[in-house]
Amino acid sequence: MDLVLTKNFDLPDAFSLPVYEGRGGYSSLKKLFSLKPDEVIEEVKKSGLRGRGGAGFSAGMKWGFIPKNSGKETYLCVNADEGEPGTFKDRALLLKDPHRLIEGTIIGSYAIGCHTAYIYIRGEFFREYKILEQALSEAKAKRYLGENILGSGYDLEIYTHRGAGGYICGEETALIESLEGKRGYPRIKPPFPAIQGLFGCPTAVNNVETVCALPYIIEKGAGAYKKMGTEKSSGTKLFSISGPVNQPGVYEVEMGFPLRKFLQEQAGGLRPGKILKGVIPGGSSMPILNAEEVEQVTLDYESMNKFGTFLGSGGVIVIDEDYCLVKALRILARFYAHESCGQCSPCREGTGWVHKILKRIEEGEGKASDLDLLLDISDNMIGQTICVLADSIAMPTKAFITKFRKEFEDHISLKKCPKTIA
Amino acid sequence: MEFTPENKKKVSEILKRYPEGKVGRQAALLPLLRLAQEQFGFVSEEVMTYVASILDIPPAQIYGVATFYTLFNKKPVGKYHLQVCTNLSCCMEGAEETLSHLEKRLCIRSGETTPDGKFTLSEVECLAACGSGPVIQVNEEYHEDLKTTENVDRLLERLK
Ligand SMILES: Cc1cc2nc3c(=O)[nH]c(=O)nc-3n(C[C@H](O)[C@H](O)[C@H](O)COP(=O)(O)O)c2cc1C
Ligand code: SF4
Ligand code: FES
Repeated sequence: MDLVLTKNFDLPDAFSLPVYEGRGGYSSLKKLFSLKPDEVIEEVKKSGLRGRGGAGFSAGMKWGFIPKNSGKETYLCVNADEGEPGTFKDRALLLKDPHRLIEGTIIGSYAIGCHTAYIYIRGEFFREYKILEQALSEAKAKRYLGENILGSGYDLEIYTHRGAGGYICGEETALIESLEGKRGYPRIKPPFPAIQGLFGCPTAVNNVETVCALPYIIEKGAGAYKKMGTEKSSGTKLFSISGPVNQPGVYEVEMGFPLRKFLQEQAGGLRPGKILKGVIPGGSSMPILNAEEVEQVTLDYESMNKFGTFLGSGGVIVIDEDYCLVKALRILARFYAHESCGQCSPCREGTGWVHKILKRIEEGEGKASDLDLLLDISDNMIGQTICVLADSIAMPTKAFITKFRKEFEDHISLKKCPKTIA
Repeated sequence: MEFTPENKKKVSEILKRYPEGKVGRQAALLPLLRLAQEQFGFVSEEVMTYVASILDIPPAQIYGVATFYTLFNKKPVGKYHLQVCTNLSCCMEGAEETLSHLEKRLCIRSGETTPDGKFTLSEVECLAACGSGPVIQVNEEYHEDLKTTENVDRLLERLK
C-alpha cells in the first residue's frame, strides 16, 4: 500500500514548504494544468474517492453537480471544522502536512472552476490556524497561489475562515451560513450547495482528508488509487483511535483492513488487563459494534453497513468491560443536546429528553419503562429533521440499548452502576 | 471604543477576503468579532455595537450571531481560561477527576472565575485530541495527557 495521506508524517518539519517540496510536493500541479477541469473531475470519479467527512459520497460526482457557466462565482469550502467526538484525523493533517491540503485545494478548485476557496477551520484550532496561514503565505510567495499560477492562466486565492465554537457548523450548509456571518443553522435541502451555496453561488464543501487525497490521485492516476482498498471503498483512509488501547493515535490503512487487526497492530492492542466490550467505529454518531462484531468487520463502507453501522469520519472509540455504557451514552447524549441548533423540535426536544432519561438512569432513578421510552423517542427522531444531528444520537441510542440491554436493565434494577458493586 | 491602528489594518485585510457589498461585510462578522475579543477581552454589548457600526449591520443581528457561538465570551474571563474536555474519550481517561481536582485546587466550580481574576474554569466538548486525553485548552494552547493530579498540578504551577 502507498501512503497517500501520511507519507510525510515522519518528517518533523513537513509543514514547511521546502521540506514538502523535497518530498515531491506540488508536483501534481504541472499535470493538473495539462488537464481540462472536466478531465480532473473524471479522474477523481474513476478513482472512486468518497468523501471522508462522514457521509462517504463520491467526491467526483459531487463536483459534477456544479453547473458550468452559471454566470456566477463558484466556491470551494474545505471543511476543517472537525468536531465529531472521537475524531482527530483532520487536525493531524493540518498540523503535519498543511501544504498537502493547499495542493489538494488547488486541485479541487481548478476542477470546479473556482477562483476563491475558503478553508473553514475550527475556532479552537489556534496552532493549526497559524501553521496553515504560514503555509498559505509560503505557497503564495512561490506563486502556487494567486494570479496565473505557474503560468497556467489559472487564478486562485485561498483564505482561511475561523469558526467560533459550534459542532453544528461542520454540517455543510451550516458551515456556509457560518461563513456568511450568520448563526450556524443547517439549511433545508434542496437547493443543494452545488446549485445554491455560499453567497448564493454554486459551492462544493469537502472534508480536509478528502482534499488531501487529491494530489496523489492526480499525480499517480486514478488507477493507482483504485487499486487500493475494496470494490466500493477505494484507497486508504485515516482512522483516529482513542480509548483504552496501548497506542492511541492517527493511522492510515488501506480500506478493507480488519478492525480487529487494526486494534492489535496499529493501536497496539488493549491495555493490560482490559477486555473489549465494544467499538464505536466512525465517530460518536455511529452505532456501536459489540465485541463479536468487532471480530468480523472490516474498515470500509460496505462492511460497516452490513453490521448496521457506518464508517463515518473514522473516529474509532474503544470501550472496555470496565466502563459503564449508561454513562458513555449519557455523555454522548449531553453532547448532542448541547450542540443541537434548535431549529427542529424532534431534535431540540428529543436530544434533551434522551439526555435527561439517561442521566436519571445513571443516578439510580431509572424506571423499567425507560428503555422502551428511549427507543420510542429515538424512532421519532430519525429522519424527521433538517440535518442528521438528531439521528446522530438516536441511532447510537438504539444500538447501545438493543446490543447491551442487560447492562442498562441491571443499572435500573440495582439503582446504581453495576460496575461499582464489587 | 476603537480598534488599534494595527487592528484597523487587519479589518481592511479581512474585508478583502470576501465579496464586495453587503454579503461580504456580513461574512466578515466572525473574524471581526474575534479580533474585537482579542483586543477588548470579551464581546460586550458595546463591542457588538462598535462592530455593527463598522460593518453597517444592525447591532441586534450581531447579538443574535455572537450568542450562538461558544467561543465568544459574553462576559470577562480570567487571565487563564482552563477549558476541560469532558467528552467520552477524555472521560475514559479520567477527565472528570481532572476537572474535580481543578475545582478543588482553584476553589471554584466549573463556569466560575477565581476572585483574583486569574483563572476561569469551563467544561467543553470534544477538542479533537481524543487520543491523548484528558485534554485542557488553556487560552489558545492545548495541553494533553493530563491524567494524573500531578500533571494537573504541574500545569497550574507553570501558569502561576
Ligand atoms: C452535525 C454534522 C456535523 C458535521 N461535522 C463535520 C465536520 O466537522 N467535518 C467534516 O468534514 N464534515 C462534517 N460533516 C459532514 C458535512 O456535512 C459534509 O458532508 C462534508 O463536509 C462533505 O465533505 P466530503 O464529501 O469531503 O466528506 C458534518 C455533518 C453533520 C450532519
Ligand atoms: S436536526 Fe437538530 S441540529 Fe439539525 S437542523 Fe434540526 S435542530 Fe438543528
Ligand atoms: S473527547 Fe476529549 S478531545 Fe475528544
